[in-house]
Amino acid sequence: MLTTHALAVARGGRVLAEELDLMVPRGGALLVTGANGAGKSSLLRVLAGLLPPAAGSVTRDGTVAWLGEAAALDGERRLGEALRFWAVLDRRGHADIRIAAALSAVELDELADVPVRLLSTGQRRRAALARVVAAGADLWLLDEPASGLDVAAVARLEGLIDGHRAGGGAVVVTTHQPLAVPDAATVAL
Amino acid sequence: MIALFWRDVRRGYAGGGATLVIAFFLLVALLFPFAIGPDAALLARVGGGVIWAAALLAALLPVERLVQPDLEAGVLDQLAVRGISPAMVAAVKIAAHWCAFAPPLMLAAVIAAGLLDVSAGRLLLVEAGLALGTPGLAALAVATGALVAGLRGAGAVAGLVMLPLAVPLLIFGAGAIDGGASGLKLLAAVSLVLVAGAPVVAGAAMRVGSE
Repeated sequence: MLTTHALAVARGGRVLAEELDLMVPRGGALLVTGANGAGKSSLLRVLAGLLPPAAGSVTRDGTVAWLGEAAALDGERRLGEALRFWAVLDRRGHADIRIAAALSAVELDELADVPVRLLSTGQRRRAALARVVAAGADLWLLDEPASGLDVAAVARLEGLIDGHRAGGGAVVVTTHQPLAVPDAATVAL
Repeated sequence: MIALFWRDVRRGYAGGGATLVIAFFLLVALLFPFAIGPDAALLARVGGGVIWAAALLAALLPVERLVQPDLEAGVLDQLAVRGISPAMVAAVKIAAHWCAFAPPLMLAAVIAAGLLDVSAGRLLLVEAGLALGTPGLAALAVATGALVAGLRGAGAVAGLVMLPLAVPLLIFGAGAIDGGASGLKLLAAVSLVLVAGAPVVAGAAMRVGSE
């Protein structure tokens, strides 16, 4: 689902990683760990195609759902409507059902009518996660998905990742804190 | 794409965006009578040009809100991973910005014409010019917004980038009031060049900005 060949990642002329030959199959997971500034996010952006690789190549097949640092949800809109914008853009049909299911998966169903700007940091993170779930994409690229989440929410996140893999999806996660992803390949930067 | 278009139109009008543009436009138009005195004949003669100058300044106002918030909120990243090209995003943004910017401005121009005692015939030429010129202004605004997104003091830089490029619109727009059809044709040509070129420039700027 995601293959890299002799991939190198550089930021501002500084090489952060090189000669990476990664392979994430269907149902697979890749955990990217490393200290702050080690290049976890840059690597993930290269994998997502948001940054050009310094060398080597990235091959993706299937659709991609991206969870970056920012939630990409319009602050002035209600949570349900903000999610609906992306669900409609993804054109997978049944947008409302998808959003309802995604919101209950992150336990935000009661906040669907609350404007996004009023959500707390952790709630916003979960809302962004709901956008990933609702996208129904094959490959999830999650940049620090556990940051700002409480213990219960981290457990739910782990459950969502497991469920996505069980359904034939693949996941790449960057994290600087412990995250239980069974049988995941690991890259330490 | 349609979803993105409506979202941007809604955001353009939301939070008093359109009202602010109208208020600023009228304020600038009203500064001229204070500056050059209450000579009705003189005002009627320069009124069309004043409206154009005010329109250009009012077009600067929303520039910072067009691209920067989407860059910061990760919206551009989300669109990019969905395989939507930045140039396409820019083109949609230009269309949406025009819809949120031009109708209020053209409405405000009628009020300004009344205040400056511009005759109906000249007002018609001003409105025709605005109809042709505002797509170019909208394209320029989105391209400038993309270029300055993420810069410190983006508003001031935006003015320096955008106003010189908008001068041809001003010349032919104001010129059309006396020059008639030939002026309008040149205005339309300039506007067309800006609309055609801006998505490419804005798209490239967005791509660099999100790297």
